[in-house]
Amino acid sequence: MSRTISTAPPMWARRTILLVIGVIFLLPLLAMAEFTLRSTTGGHSLEHWLSLAELQGQRQYRALTQGLGNSLVLSLLTLGMVQLLFAPTIVWIHLRFPRLERMLDLLTVLPIAIPAIAMVVGFAPVYRYIGRTLGSGEWTLFLAYGVLVLPFAYRTIATDLQGMDARVLSEAARTLGASWATVYFKVLVPGLRRGLVSASLLTIAIVMGEFTVASLLSRTTFQTGLLQISQTDPFIAVLCSLLSLIIMFVLLAAVSFMGNTGARRPLPTKPTKDTAHV
Amino acid sequence: MKTKLAWLGLLPFAAYLVLFLLLPTLLAIFSGFSDGKGALTLSNLSILIDPVVSSTFMASATISAITALVGAVIGALVCWALTGLSPQSAVRRIVDAAASVLAQFGGVMLAFAFIATMGAQSLLRLWLDDTLGWDIYADGVWLYQLPGLILPYLYFQIPLMIITFFPAIDRLRPQWVEASATLGAGLWDYWRHIGLPVLAPSFLGALLLLFANSFSSYATAAALISQGAQIVPLQIRAALIGETGASNVSYAGVLALGMILLMSLIMGLYSLVMKRAARWQS
Repeated sequence: MSRTISTAPPMWARRTILLVIGVIFLLPLLAMAEFTLRSTTGGHSLEHWLSLAELQGQRQYRALTQGLGNSLVLSLLTLGMVQLLFAPTIVWIHLRFPRLERMLDLLTVLPIAIPAIAMVVGFAPVYRYIGRTLGSGEWTLFLAYGVLVLPFAYRTIATDLQGMDARVLSEAARTLGASWATVYFKVLVPGLRRGLVSASLLTIAIVMGEFTVASLLSRTTFQTGLLQISQTDPFIAVLCSLLSLIIMFVLLAAVSFMGNTGARRPLPTKPTKDTAHV
Repeated sequence: MKTKLAWLGLLPFAAYLVLFLLLPTLLAIFSGFSDGKGALTLSNLSILIDPVVSSTFMASATISAITALVGAVIGALVCWALTGLSPQSAVRRIVDAAASVLAQFGGVMLAFAFIATMGAQSLLRLWLDDTLGWDIYADGVWLYQLPGLILPYLYFQIPLMIITFFPAIDRLRPQWVEASATLGAGLWDYWRHIGLPVLAPSFLGALLLLFANSFSSYATAAALISQGAQIVPLQIRAALIGETGASNVSYAGVLALGMILLMSLIMGLYSLVMKRAARWQS
């Protein structure tokens, strides 16, 4: 008797809820696709998709192409900071200064708790100073983006560190005579690969989608370029948004699927390409 | 000596955090207390009780409350629907992945998506007008005004609800419903006396999170509403870029301070509520 009781909704209710919500959430994406197929002369055609190849070099699309280029450079720079500064230090703190971890937990919540729009008020004077010393180029934005990315990068890497007994592993390696570099690259990085890849994909997604800081500091990035172009050519703006959305969906869905499936995977046993030469 | 070297390894990261996290945070807070000539003053704080500013805070709070409430209810419904599926089922994994992606989706591209969906020239609007005779913009195109924010915001609020609330509903123990059934309770009794009371703190916590999320959103609103200062983030924009004359850093600072205070309050409440939630579910 008691086994037949289920707190889940009956099948028809479940299907209705999921179907209705699913359709509502697909609607904006379909509407975007439809919009890009609209011909400027009425009817539907592929003309906007075909014109995509000729955008490069056209004056009126400079904000968009430059913005895209800037955002790609910023992604790389931020990625470099995550991989070369954040990740090693987070590991170092985990191994050598466990007492600092609580403080790091609190610090890395700050960028989430403080809205980006409020943070910009603090970034503005910092960037006025940077403008005088390093110039007003877009690339300096990566320093601010590191802060925006930090909570996500920290969370994914820290979860992996907890899960793999990093302290025991590194002590074992140290006892066997390994240097810290060997411990990091040959023992820890292979185990952290999932977290590091997730952190990288999230970094790219966040930087490519960032608008608040860039627009209020008057820098041209992909998102500010899109907004600017939408005033002269809404079709291209929507088309580029749709494309980048699909790319980001794939990237972020990959992160989320990795989180689901790879959690209990055993550590890789043989060194792989990027650790072999260290 | 060895520990000294170990500390040295923290130096670059620490320096970065001080310069780009702590310094901007302090600057954001203290620019509200600056009189513009380098001295500290409290006189700017009167901005917060200015009728224009307090009505903007009210507008922000209204939009946030509406989208948080509607988002939370719909999101909870989806979570409930998902409990019937096994964790390995494709539907559940797709919803899971889609929710974690869409919860991050906001800004210019979200605004475009809704302009394409329900703008003046969109198929949806024309179809509603032609077939049902219902012109959604009979009183003017409200998509680019305050009410126009609600639907786009729900597009990231509902997914956020799903990813924050699902773990709580998933942790309801099947033994509880069995135990209550043994004692003669029906399904409704179970939800009324056990299920919903256990879930209430988690639901409230998620509601607070959604409220904070909506309150701090800027990019979507900025892309939809190109001028004016209808909500607090847009008012900060107006003050920073000097829409109403010269840019006013201390004005923006006070608004940022107000937001930070509100966020700290919400986060404080959130951690209290979540402590309560952990009593039955941990």
